[in-house]
Amino acid sequence: MSQNTMNLKVKVWRQKNANAQGAFVTYDVAGISDEMSFLEMMDILNEKLITEGGDPVAFDHDCREGICGMCSMYINGKPHGPWQANTTCQLHMRAFKDGETIVIEPWRANSFPIVKDLTVDRSAFDRIIQAGGYISVNTGNAVDGNSLPIEKQNADDAFAAAMCIGCGACVAACKNSSAMLFLSAKVSHLALLPQGAPERKSRVLNMVAQMDKEGFGSCTNTGACEATCPKEISIANIARLNKEYLGASLSAE
Amino acid sequence: MLDAKIPSGKLDDKWVDYKGHCKLVNPANKRKMEVIIVGTGLAGASAAAAMGELGYKVKAFCFQDSPRRAHSIAAQGGINAAKNYQNDGDSVFRLFYDTIKGGDYRAREANVHRLAEVSSNIIDQCVAQGVPFAREYGGLLSNRSFGGTQVQRTFYAAGQTGQQLLIGAYQALERQVALGNVTMHARHEMLDIVKIDGKAKGIIARNLITGELEKHFGHAVLICSGGYGNVYYLSTNAMGSNVTAAWKAHKQGAYFANPCFTQIHPTCIPVSGDHQSKLTLMSESLRNDGRIWVPKNVGETRKANDIPDADRDYFLERRYPAFGNLVPRDVASRAAKERCDAGFGVGTSKQAVYLDYAAAIERYGKIEVSKQGLTNVSHEQIIAMGKEVVKEKYGNLFEMYAKITGENPYEVPMRIYPAVHYTMGGLWVDYELQTTVPGLYALGEANFSDHGANRLGASALMQGLADGYFVAPYTVGNNLADEIYNAAIPTTHPAFEEAAKKVAERIATLKNINGKQSAESFHKRLGKIIWNECGMSRNAAGLKQAILDVQALKKEFWSDLRIPGEINEYNPELDKANRVADFIELGELMCIDALTREESCGGHFREEYQTPEGEALRDDENFMFVSAWENKGEHEWQLHKEELKYDVIKPSQRNYK
Repeated sequence: MSQNTMNLKVKVWRQKNANAQGAFVTYDVAGISDEMSFLEMMDILNEKLITEGGDPVAFDHDCREGICGMCSMYINGKPHGPWQANTTCQLHMRAFKDGETIVIEPWRANSFPIVKDLTVDRSAFDRIIQAGGYISVNTGNAVDGNSLPIEKQNADDAFAAAMCIGCGACVAACKNSSAMLFLSAKVSHLALLPQGAPERKSRVLNMVAQMDKEGFGSCTNTGACEATCPKEISIANIARLNKEYLGASLSAE
Repeated sequence: MLDAKIPSGKLDDKWVDYKGHCKLVNPANKRKMEVIIVGTGLAGASAAAAMGELGYKVKAFCFQDSPRRAHSIAAQGGINAAKNYQNDGDSVFRLFYDTIKGGDYRAREANVHRLAEVSSNIIDQCVAQGVPFAREYGGLLSNRSFGGTQVQRTFYAAGQTGQQLLIGAYQALERQVALGNVTMHARHEMLDIVKIDGKAKGIIARNLITGELEKHFGHAVLICSGGYGNVYYLSTNAMGSNVTAAWKAHKQGAYFANPCFTQIHPTCIPVSGDHQSKLTLMSESLRNDGRIWVPKNVGETRKANDIPDADRDYFLERRYPAFGNLVPRDVASRAAKERCDAGFGVGTSKQAVYLDYAAAIERYGKIEVSKQGLTNVSHEQIIAMGKEVVKEKYGNLFEMYAKITGENPYEVPMRIYPAVHYTMGGLWVDYELQTTVPGLYALGEANFSDHGANRLGASALMQGLADGYFVAPYTVGNNLADEIYNAAIPTTHPAFEEAAKKVAERIATLKNINGKQSAESFHKRLGKIIWNECGMSRNAAGLKQAILDVQALKKEFWSDLRIPGEINEYNPELDKANRVADFIELGELMCIDALTREESCGGHFREEYQTPEGEALRDDENFMFVSAWENKGEHEWQLHKEELKYDVIKPSQRNYK
């Protein structure tokens, strides 16, 4: 519980807007407590930039408790930084040493264009969900929740897949900028539940088609996505996606 | 006196009768009716999905990059429903009763009863959408307990219930987007309501990427923008959560109800320093199994694990034997504050109490041993098995705690302290969730209606989805039925031009202050004033001073703010400044409200009004009403009252002993 303070350099990607040329700029940040979160360190940098008359670094963030999926920084060559199963907002400064230089970049993927600095546009993910990431049930049509018992293992597996926060770290980590882990998490979540059965085939075909349309790359099974996922979504979901896709393709009209 | 337009008839029949008699809009006309929804959390996303399914033309707005980010996603513990799956005596009436009592008799009976009635439908709907609730080995839904109740009626998905429910609503919303019924405007912030002939007919929204101001028409406008807990700066809310949409509605004539009713949640990770940007909740579900305690001796220096039971004060179990660690939030928070103020606090700041899992780990370990029929099991093995069970139930919360504090909660007790979490106050709405501006509605945490002076755990998710899926589609439709003769108004109408001009002027004024201080620094100072004087306990002298302090802060804000960057570009500092300006005005109103409510009730604890045991002392004779404030200009508000009539429940002093 005792606090240590440190002085650091942060090398941050600055880019005025989607069309501008970007570049790294290095800043000094002093008196950083090891109890701070990473984003609180960024707050201190921005406060300094504002009072000095400069332009603060734009970055996406909201809940700061690791669940909204909005924060998205590529820190020292890793999406969300050095800790396993973690989001940028939950990364704390005790992960770094006094005098260290921290390199901070945005998610890099053609399908996630840069908005400004470290902020990117991830609306491609919403469009993939629009292509079929749901169960078509209108409000008011539901039967009693307990009329459909679901095997605990399937329910647990569906939940594990549904934990995806849609942050895009999987895409940022992948050398091909593939969105397969994100897509497979949603396909698995819904395919593992009986409620998802009626639309199982069309869902996987439409979602994959949309993913391709958005320009995400292909999966070459390197596993970088799984290793970086803050919610530890398993790559086994990609295997399930491939099985679902193959089955749907073979039996499609 | 304000009229909430509560239908006549028996409490049990009101909603059924209302639905049976409300006006309908035929499908062809629905296609011509435009509905604007501001905010896409549980209330907004569910309303957008449900109204889209009905065939209305819906336009939804959120300031985040995707509707799936809304702060409902961070709700941990669960959602209540009167299913009585546990056969433990639950019923619609009991959920209704617990909610009214938990709210310290300051909520409206008819709304709360309706909430309890539709609670079961919510669970069914969510299951149908594929929300992966926790299940038992038999495949049926699992339940757990929450504070302020004696039944198990809380449905959950590990510690991520809000996430799963929001993703369900988000998917339903995106389905309507795909079908063309909903148009989604992400990274947009509503900056004003447009009124024509006294009715809400649209909004002015700022495209946060380009800075452009957009005009949008709607036959009805639904504010689903959540609560205003961030007025305190430090809260469990997301950084972007704000009062701006609700405040603009207020400035356009919507009354703001009970602004001082805020919820301080007892179990949050304590503040560690001035750098802190937000506080993190540790779910109330942890109070199911965890025991809360402080040392019996002031100046205790031993580590938590070295303090024997005899030297520990399990103060909630001591003071409230019937409910123990599961008393409602306001009661638990005050009790923790009382111990810390008396010098028994723990940790470096001494502003914390212990939440201890050692007993639960051992208990679960022993249960596992007997389940598996093992014999000759060592204590270490029992503890290891117990840890596994606790990990399955609360694993993600324990991990979060470890990341933030650097301590292992499986080995040492967690340190917790109360933090701002939820706001029961909000825009005043009638039974139909309509504000005092016709055509303008407020749903979910943005309205005030269901939780009185204190909200029970696992009820916010319930209310958000009840309003969005099951209430608004009927009540908004009832009023839209009268609008079918009115075609969409083009946004070239002078009212839209005038509103957009005003918004542009305000932004330019903010930008042109060209002072020295950041919006964030003003926000921090505002937060300190409100937390110190309008937080867990309040008194007249402090509130009067706080009003003066907030007024002075407002003056300084408008003369020394600095916003870097340009207006017509992506500029998060400009967005923040806009929000902080509104928080400052709200802060003043909160203190005025707290000052005029000369009683203690729920989360509103006035030091002058307490029982000899230190419990909240209500004054039903003089304060059995909702305070609804009308804005009359700078620093000026007029109080309107809605009398609260309890036809079914007899108010008494809340007793959790």
